Amino acid sequence: MKARVFVTLKNGVLDPQGKAIGHALNGLGFSSVGDVRQGKVIDIDLHESDAGKARAALNEMCQKLLANTVIEKYEIELKA
Amino acid sequence: MKSAVVVFPASNCDRDAAVALEQVTGNKPHMVWHADSEIPDVDLIVLPGGFAYGDYLRSGAMAALSNAMRDVIEKAQKGVTVLGICNGFQVLCESRLLPGALMRNAGLKFTCRGVGLEVTETQSVFTRKYDSGQRVTFPVANGEGNYTADDDTLDRLEGEGRVVFRYAEGENPNGSARNIAGILNEKRNVLGLMPHPERVCDPLLGGTDGRALFESLLEGLG
Repeated sequence: MKARVFVTLKNGVLDPQGKAIGHALNGLGFSSVGDVRQGKVIDIDLHESDAGKARAALNEMCQKLLANTVIEKYEIELKA
Repeated sequence: MKSAVVVFPASNCDRDAAVALEQVTGNKPHMVWHADSEIPDVDLIVLPGGFAYGDYLRSGAMAALSNAMRDVIEKAQKGVTVLGICNGFQVLCESRLLPGALMRNAGLKFTCRGVGLEVTETQSVFTRKYDSGQRVTFPVANGEGNYTADDDTLDRLEGEGRVVFRYAEGENPNGSARNIAGILNEKRNVLGLMPHPERVCDPLLGGTDGRALFESLLEGLG
């Protein structure tokens, strides 16, 4: 089973990198670009066929290492 | 006073810390490799500046899970004094010994220069030799020194006298909330700060404002 974990800053946490990307896009002429937030994608191969168990393990991984829940939130996507 | 400095792969201020400790206390600190699972019996553990584990994932995230840190956490909970400088502060936040997190500098730039600080709390084993409100200049050298926590945590830190160093008015180099440069844990035996007191302990290095921090520890810990 494959998993994709998205780690992004919580709403309300200032994202200076996202802001800089937004400014750069505006500078390139993409005038429709408003707020930009950036984050991380982590792809994980899992030796696990039970989706429930996989999700539980991934949740724990996010809590313990992949995300700093003081400032970040995460989403887990599973692919068979 | 016996001390130890934890050395992670890509620590780069471990020797600066060792020199400062030896100059002030007269004793050479133990240098403990991150893979060692036991810190010797000491009065003070220092987590030095640098880029432990290349700052992979987040600054301090990997180091917080190292063998040495497991023992540091245990010892800190038992009351051993722990000082985390710069990357060491990031490791302390990642290991949850201190609240909050250190984010990318608001200006996005790595900042390396002397900054004016105010010693806002002298009721601590780290700052007893400073005067309350004393202005000092320590160098900062960080790209991710922007201290952040939720408002309740910030209120608590301020209310309990746990904000020990603040960037002086107009000197905040990284956007840190409420100009916070250094904080204590609840039991007041763990201090994390972004600026580098160990780099200003010798006149040859351009200043001696950091010396009183190590002298405080020597006086408090014997």
